[in-house]
This record gives sequence, structure tokens and C-alpha cells, in this order.
Amino acid sequence: MNREDELFLTRDFGLDHLHRLETYVSRGGYRAAAKALKTMTPDAVLEEVKAANLRGRGGAGFPAGIKWGFVPRGTDALRYLCVNADEGEPGTFKDRFLMSHNPHLLLEGAILASYAVGIRTAYVYIRGEYESIARRLETAVSEARASGWLGDHIAGTGFGLEVFVHRGAGAYICGEETALLESLEGKRGHPRLKPPFPASIGLFRCPTVINNVETLCHIPGIIRHGAEAFLKRGLPRDGGTRIFSVSGAVARPGCYELPTGSSLRELIYERAGGVRDGRKLKAVIPGGLSAPMLTENEIDVRMDGDSLVEAGSMLGSGAVIVIDDETPMTLVLEKITKFYAHESCGQCTPCRVGTAWMARIAARLRAGRRRNGDVDTLHRLASGIKGRTLCPMGDAAALPVLALVAKFRDELERSS
Amino acid sequence: MSHNIPDRVKRRVEDILSRYPRREAALLPVLSALQEERGFLSHSDEEWAADTLGIPPAKVREVVTFYSLFRRKPAGRHHLQVCTNVSCALNGADGLLSHLRKKLGIAEGETSADGRFSLSSVECLGHCDEAPCLMVNDEHYGRLDRRALDELLEKLE
Ligand SMILES: Cc1cc2nc3c(=O)[nH]c(=O)nc-3n(C[C@H](O)[C@H](O)[C@H](O)COP(=O)(O)O)c2cc1C
Ligand code: SF4
Ligand code: FES
Repeated sequence: MNREDELFLTRDFGLDHLHRLETYVSRGGYRAAAKALKTMTPDAVLEEVKAANLRGRGGAGFPAGIKWGFVPRGTDALRYLCVNADEGEPGTFKDRFLMSHNPHLLLEGAILASYAVGIRTAYVYIRGEYESIARRLETAVSEARASGWLGDHIAGTGFGLEVFVHRGAGAYICGEETALLESLEGKRGHPRLKPPFPASIGLFRCPTVINNVETLCHIPGIIRHGAEAFLKRGLPRDGGTRIFSVSGAVARPGCYELPTGSSLRELIYERAGGVRDGRKLKAVIPGGLSAPMLTENEIDVRMDGDSLVEAGSMLGSGAVIVIDDETPMTLVLEKITKFYAHESCGQCTPCRVGTAWMARIAARLRAGRRRNGDVDTLHRLASGIKGRTLCPMGDAAALPVLALVAKFRDELERSS
Repeated sequence: MSHNIPDRVKRRVEDILSRYPRREAALLPVLSALQEERGFLSHSDEEWAADTLGIPPAKVREVVTFYSLFRRKPAGRHHLQVCTNVSCALNGADGLLSHLRKKLGIAEGETSADGRFSLSSVECLGHCDEAPCLMVNDEHYGRLDRRALDELLEKLE
């Protein structure tokens, strides 16, 4: 096995009992943690992750090392790690895939992040619907504690970490990092105004690092094999692999791990088996429900943050939803708008009122009861939400609607 | 005030409380533990949670009504939650939902007269690779068509 292969998160996912500590260790698990805790300073770990330029896999794509670097240093003050396992962005199921196959990989990533930043308590905020996965994580935590990979004096060193699994209770907005903090404090998931950023004032008013599950799963590989090896994969500025969740009208829906910057067309046609039932591709949502859709002639694009922004969309959570030519766009519009109307936390008027209004119009279009001016109203509502809300969910609700209206206006106008 | 909270729940709540530096942070897991016991959150459960965590009852109510997994009324023995988001819709979710409505004679938010089934439509469940999918209580079922769904319903007493 060469080093390059070891940088694939999913290399061992075919093994039967990978979720058990014993199997994980037999495949080299916890070696990165041992190496870091015994032979590296926290700063050296931080520098390695910075050098790897690991971009966050949760949606915003912010480099993990830089984020960790924002936490005030040189004090003993309490600080926290929150693992974002809320995974609510429609189309996304990669974190479930990672946690169910390899929960210890996440724990090892959490140990390394905590060591680098000086954290002694971590919470995994997992969506309430992932009950069996929460249980699997709890088992992994117990195994790790029993073998000295969690608790005090990890690997016989002076470093200690406790990890607690915290289940959400059904609210998409709690995936937004400040809403997640509110929720973890026992409140409604209402996003906070930023700044202050969580790195200075986060959970229980302490400095807090929040990272996505997949982001943390990359850390052990980076520490074991070095930033350079990570950067050789993928693109020079956006290295490593990504796990793409592919679903919708494809022959083989599933999670596919590919180097960052791989072709969207190849991902759909070569990995996911192309469009199902011999149908044609009509549009693709390339980065979770809030990513503006691309049409068939726009899918020769690389799957990395910068390339997708250039193509007028975003990489988001790396969730690819394929729409076939027999699906009416009014159906897609109805589902998108209903989702945001349902999940708006209600704090900002443009988001609360705008999403509900868009959903009413979309339902009308879907039912074939279009009124004159409906499509223009949709456009006006989405434009009115964009950029006028407290948290990024407003934009998330507006952008896909704006793209759909721009690219499929004729079809929407014919919908009666 | 008597709240009728079984000892095993109280012990669980003690364990939950030990995980947080502030008592009120335990509210979501404490409410989940209470709901598991009765299938829903009664007024008295809410009061007990408020007392135990030292927060006003109104704060508890705020949280209970915000999160979709908390219920203030009993659901059916088998609570069917059908995902109707895009990936599932592209695989026939709306058809499954209307099939269930007809077959069970209930709409979303309702419970069948014999208390066996309740029905709701929900947003993406994170199992889009198994679309169309639904949850029955805490269990996931994917790649469903009408036949598979009928067979599943028969198995649920
Ligand atoms: C409405 C909304 C929902 C989000 N949902 C998630 C989520 O489910 N999981 C996640 O990791 N990040 C989610 N994010 C992004 C987080 O706010 C945050 O950027 C991320 O957890 C940071 O981790 P990363 O830097 O490792 O990607 C969401 C953001 C918004 C605005
Ligand atoms: S944009 Fe929407 S979800 Fe975000 S804070 Fe405002 S109302 Fe809540
Ligand atoms: S869209 Fe149904 S599980 Fe994701």
C-alpha cells in the first residue's frame, strides 16, 4: 500500500469491523495521534494543518488551520471543540457514511484538533435522526476511553480529552455554527450575530472551534503523511480528497471519494452510473440544496470551491443531486422553497416572510394554478432576501430560486 | 408536585447532567429521555425538566416547540415519517405519501383511530442514497416502492 492510498478516507471501508477499535488500530489507526502527542508540539500540529490548507468540508470551505489559529493562545482558559455532525443540507449523507463506517477516524481527528488548540472537552453535535449512528459513536467513545485514547493522559502523555455525543432534535438551522452553539446550550437554534466569532466567544462564552465531520477525518492522514502528501492529491491550493454524496436520478447513488477538482461530468457518468432508466440529464445541483443548479451544458466543471464559484454555483457540502429530463422544474422548485420555509428560524423578516411566500407561489405553480406575474414575484422575493439576513441561510434560500428562475423561466411560465 | 418520573429516567438524567458545565445545556437530551419514556412530552414533563435544570417553564416550552422531534401529543405506535425532499421526490416520494394517506385513511399530522399509525412528511433524512425513504420511529427504511411499503406495514403490529 503506498502513502497516496492511505490518504483516502474510505480506503478501508470494505472491511467488516472497521468501526471496532481493534480493526481500526490494525489498519494504522491512532498512529497519528500517538505520533503527534509524543513527538510534536501543539504548534507543530497546527502548522502542519495550516500547510495542508485543508478547506472545511461543511459548506463554507474555510481553511481549518487558519480557523484554529484564531483561538487565543498562551492561556489556560477553557475552550471547546464542537464537531458538526448535524448533516441537514438536503442531498448530503457523507458524514453519516464516515461515522457509521469509521467512527474512530473522527475521534482521532478530534484528538489531534484538540491537542493543537489546547482543548480538553469536545461535543459531537449529531442530528437527532441519526440515532443508530449516535449509538455507534458512543460505543467508539467507550472503546477509546477503555484503551486510553480518550480521558486523562492519552497515550501516556499529559494531554487529556473528553468527548460527548450530543443529539439534536430536528432543526436544519442547528447546522449553522452559531445556531449549533445556542442549541448545545439548551436553547432554540437561533443563529447569533457575528462578530464575535466562535473562535473568541463560542460555547458557554469560551473560545470554540467548530468543524465538520469530514474535515476532522482528514487530520489523521495529514499528520501521518504530512501536508505535502495531502497537497499532492487534488489541486495545489485545495488539496486532498472529498466525499461527494450523489443522489437523485442516477443509476448508482452513493458516496464517492475523489481528489478535489475532479470533473462533475465524470462523477455523474463514470462513478454514479449516469442518469437512471436511460433518461437524459436536465440539471444538476452540485453542492447541496442551496447551491444554484447547473444545466447539462454547464457540467464540465471541476469539483472544487473556486471552480464552482466561477461557474456561478458553489461546492457547499459536496452533495450532487441529479435531475432528469422527465422531472418538471415546478416539482424541484416546490421542494426547495418548502424546505426553506419550513426551516427558517424566524428571526429575520426577509427570510421568515420571503421563504413562506415563495413556497406558496411554488405550490401554486406545481398545482398548475399559476397567476400572471408569479415568476416575477418569485424573482423579486428571492432578490429581496439575498444579502439581507442575519445568517447565511437567507442566501441559501434565495440563490437556488434565482438560478432556477434564470435558467428555466420558460418552463415555469408554461406551468399552467 | 408529583411528576411520576421513573427512577431509571432520573438516573439517566444525572448521567446527562454530568456531561455539561451548566445544567440548562442538558435540556435537549433531558427532554429526549423524557419523551422516550411516554412517547410525548406532557405538561408535567416540561415542568419537571424546568425544575431539574433550574430554568423557567416558558424557556422549556420555547425549546419544545422549536424542534421538530419533540411532540406534545402522543403519536401512533408506529410513527411514519416520509422524506419528501428533492432526492426522494425524484424517486417517487410524493406517490408513496399519497399511497399511505389512502391506505391508512389519515393525513399528515394525524393518527389512525386504532392508535397504530401516525403519519408525517419530513425534510431530508440524510439517506438520499436510499431514496425514497422513511423512518418508522427510530428505524430507517429505504428504496421503497408501494409493494415494499405494503409489506412493511403488515409487519408493524
Ligand atoms: C443554514 C446552514 C446550515 C449548515 N449546516 C451544516 C451542517 O449540517 N453540517 C456542517 O458541517 N456545516 C453546516 N453549515 C456550515 C457551518 O456553519 C460551519 O461553517 C461548518 O460547520 C464549519 O466546519 P468546517 O470549517 O469544517 O466546514 C451550515 C451553514 C448554514 C448557514
Ligand atoms: S436568515 Fe433565516 S435562518 Fe438565518 S437567522 Fe435569519 S431567519 Fe433565521
Ligand atoms: S432527500 Fe430524502 S433522505 Fe435526503
